[in-house]
Amino acid sequence: MILIDCPYCGPRNSTEFRHAGEAGKKRDVTTNDPAVWRRYLYQQDNPLGWVRENWFHTAGCRQFLCAERNTQTNEFRWVAPAGSPGPDGASDNGSAR
Amino acid sequence: MSKPVSSRINSQSGEVIDRTKPINFTWNGQPLTAYEGDTIVSALMASGVQVISRSFKYHRPRGVLSASYVDPNCSVTVSDEPNVRGAHRRLREGDDVRAQNAWPSLKLDVRAVNQLVGRFLGPGFYYKTFIKPQFLWPSYQKVLSRFAPGGSPPAPGGGHGNFDKRYTHPDVLVAGAGPAGIAAAIEAARAGVKVMLVEEEYEIGGHLRYGGPEALAALAALRAEVNSYHNIEVLTDSVVTGRYDDNWVAVVQRSGVWSHERLIKARVGTLVVAPGLIERPYVFAGNDLPGVMLSTAAMRLLELHAVRPGTRAVILTANTSGDEAVERLRSAGVEIALVIDARTGVTLRRAIGRGRLKAVECADGTKIPADLLITATGWTAPTSLLNMAGDRPIWDPVAARFFPSELIPPSVMATGGIVGDGTIDQLIKHGRAVGAEAAARATGATPTPVPPLTREAHPALFHGPTTGFLDFSEDVKSKDIMAAVKEGYDSAELAKRFTTSGMGTSQGKLENVNAMAILAEATGRDLESTGTTIWRPPYAPISLGALAGRAFDPVRISPMQPWHVEHGAVPLIAGQWIRPEHYGDPSAEAQNVRTHVGIIDVTPLGKIDLQGPDVVKLLNLVYTNNWDNLQIGSVRYGVMCAEDGVVMDDGVTARLGTNHYLMTTTSSGAATVWETLEMWLQTSHPDWSVNVTPVTTAMASINIAGPNSRELLGRLTDIDLSPEAFGYMKVRTGSIAGVPDCVVWRIGFTGELSYEIHVPASFGLHVWETLLSVGADLGVSPFGVEAQRILRLEKGHLIVGQDTDGLTKAYEAGLGPLVKLGKDDFSGLPELRWQESLAGAHSQLVAIETTDPQLVPPEASQLVVGMAEIVGRITSSRMSPTLKRSIALARVSGELSVPGSRLTIVLPNGSRAEAVVRENLSFIDPEGVRLHG
Ligand SMILES: [Zn+2]
Repeated sequence: MILIDCPYCGPRNSTEFRHAGEAGKKRDVTTNDPAVWRRYLYQQDNPLGWVRENWFHTAGCRQFLCAERNTQTNEFRWVAPAGSPGPDGASDNGSAR
Repeated sequence: MSKPVSSRINSQSGEVIDRTKPINFTWNGQPLTAYEGDTIVSALMASGVQVISRSFKYHRPRGVLSASYVDPNCSVTVSDEPNVRGAHRRLREGDDVRAQNAWPSLKLDVRAVNQLVGRFLGPGFYYKTFIKPQFLWPSYQKVLSRFAPGGSPPAPGGGHGNFDKRYTHPDVLVAGAGPAGIAAAIEAARAGVKVMLVEEEYEIGGHLRYGGPEALAALAALRAEVNSYHNIEVLTDSVVTGRYDDNWVAVVQRSGVWSHERLIKARVGTLVVAPGLIERPYVFAGNDLPGVMLSTAAMRLLELHAVRPGTRAVILTANTSGDEAVERLRSAGVEIALVIDARTGVTLRRAIGRGRLKAVECADGTKIPADLLITATGWTAPTSLLNMAGDRPIWDPVAARFFPSELIPPSVMATGGIVGDGTIDQLIKHGRAVGAEAAARATGATPTPVPPLTREAHPALFHGPTTGFLDFSEDVKSKDIMAAVKEGYDSAELAKRFTTSGMGTSQGKLENVNAMAILAEATGRDLESTGTTIWRPPYAPISLGALAGRAFDPVRISPMQPWHVEHGAVPLIAGQWIRPEHYGDPSAEAQNVRTHVGIIDVTPLGKIDLQGPDVVKLLNLVYTNNWDNLQIGSVRYGVMCAEDGVVMDDGVTARLGTNHYLMTTTSSGAATVWETLEMWLQTSHPDWSVNVTPVTTAMASINIAGPNSRELLGRLTDIDLSPEAFGYMKVRTGSIAGVPDCVVWRIGFTGELSYEIHVPASFGLHVWETLLSVGADLGVSPFGVEAQRILRLEKGHLIVGQDTDGLTKAYEAGLGPLVKLGKDDFSGLPELRWQESLAGAHSQLVAIETTDPQLVPPEASQLVVGMAEIVGRITSSRMSPTLKRSIALARVSGELSVPGSRLTIVLPNGSRAEAVVRENLSFIDPEGVRLHG
């Protein structure tokens, strides 16, 4: 089971968290193009390797977090409060949308 | 059959039996005796029983093969517990042990005729035989389950004691307590960290336990060292079944003090994998005859249980284990008929016998009479836990076994036979080095590599010149692999699935490497390029009981629940809540609300306190309607949609002060709405100032409904309830029954004049009881959830999740008037904009009346036109006590939603009924006279 190092609570089992989707998606309620909106709603890039994503610490501090996780190894290299700027030098696969 | 003769020999220095403590047990009903410390199988062998089981497919008689937990031939039923590993489980007084897969008896097994029709049960039998036609599948399942391996499950209600779970955080966990594993645990403990040492057998020691005087002396020294460290927790009869992400390690503890089986969930700093080696069987004709066994099996029986496994032996040996077995058997009084040294390239042809080994045929055709054939032809490294950590083992042709690659993370290490060979001292030395390094890594040190153990050359021996059994638990023969290759299943994973080799009770631990070797030969490749199948969790079986453990489901009840129970409430389980469904007669409860006044406990209603200058912005974002002009003292109904426009929740929100609101949600949606509010505030609008506090259980909630509700509440409150002072959809605060700070609002889910009160939870029961006592003359009585459902259906109020589903968008639920597309932003806005533009095309929620007023069509009944075209379904239906007729809500396609449309309902028994769409969702009081009274 993955261990997530919550910046507020410390390392906790991933079962305490809810995965809240890839980070960096642009929500545009003014769009007239259903394809654009539904891509925002449903489509994930799900790359092999590092991805920026959101987690919600449901059974802990109840804070939304953003994190960088390797989808191949499940390694986390960065976990921070939601909206934090990315770590220095870290690539950001999730926000290219 | 000759009478069984005891094969118990004189006391051995390493024996684990206590000869002062005899144990009585029965084998297929026959009374036998043994000693404490005997396994079921050593007890049987000591009593002269050689045939322990019948094999799964061909029902061939089988005896001991490995005499260890993984022995595929030793599964038995003990009382009503099936699939007990008889070569592992220690016998207890009075055990009722029975053979499995034998019908009607172990000696005369009817299904042994499968042997004669073996060609019909060839490889791929599951896939080929039971595919078509589909409609015969129920029959196939009956046939398959009769031939499935294993015993019968215990009868319903039966069970095997307590199952439990434990959570722990050892710095170092060592899986396997042979010399290297024990040494690793000792050295890690010396470094001062918390160590858990897990051993599958009942005692630590591994092969030292049956390795002779030198090994026993080494083990005694190691045991003393282990005992000197209080920071080593030793778990025996326990096994690590899996290693998962970030060293989350599952351990099954089998004979714990408090439980029959316990699942230990360990988050481990460094995992040291030290499972030792498993002796590999040799494939030849007759290799499954009782009397043919591995050298380690013979030594276990001799040294641990003082049981002589035969009287006249042939030994095929390629290593020191086989050589040692020769000496031990000889000194135990076994006649050594022949030793075949496989290192010289000589082998045997086949084993001869019917139900029991009678002779061994040598390569030159000579037949040597024998009742025991020992093979010592090689070792298998159980790399399972390393596989789970990412390792992909590599075949070493010199040592003739797989070795771990370098693909494991630094938090996982390995020691002992799995990584190399050596003397006892060398294994202990390596274990110590790994243990010290494991402790260092667990405390944050930079990993440094531990010098590896050396590897000894060993001839690569898999099979003789004849074909034999490869997988004893699945009855797969070596020629089945050949057949699989001929049919094109020529990769390791495909051949495994096609033949089911490695899918039985020993899960590949004994047979996997032989299967791969034969596959490699059949495909003209070498073992390095053939590779191996990947071992997945669990390494050893876990009972369902251990996985389930004890149930710790939280239950939520309102402060009034004891009163409900006392007054005969029928409980309704709604998510985590237990609440009254009714108190005996829901129809009468509903009628009393229409005629007098009723009170219902609605505490589970989600309640969220919202405070701050930006609450209105948040409300506008989560609700589809407009909240700009909600005045202090008013409440408003709102609908929440998800971003896909699907109705997510609904409820009323009250404005209590300038910056203070109280939101209510559905009972089941409370957690989701809370999270949604936090999501918007934390991720999209961190600049908004709103404090969100869930107060669901801080307040007890009661709905007082019916024409007498104003009179009833008026007797208990200082709030002015007159229609002029306190109109419909208004909120007031004040005291009720002497309790200050209560919130009261006037809404009407039931369609009656009603007040919903929210009081501090600790006073909930007091207010509830006071309402009932002061309102006796007004006809007050409690009503439950069922009466509330009837009342709201009569009024035509929808329930989110009942009359809507995971696809219902706001316009389809008749909630169009509440969607304000002119707002700049709210959840689901784009989807709802597009849905609105398709007006008429989508389905609609309508009220329908059946032609037969007494017919209540079950909820979820389909609505059709013509013979089969489905146009909708019933979402809610009840018999209305007020109207004395059937009422229902339904979702129907747009063109049929117009009033007067005729619909056909398909009932569960296949018959049909007619219904017509009504003008209005409300069956009673469509003008709202009662509500606004
Ligand atoms: Zn947290």
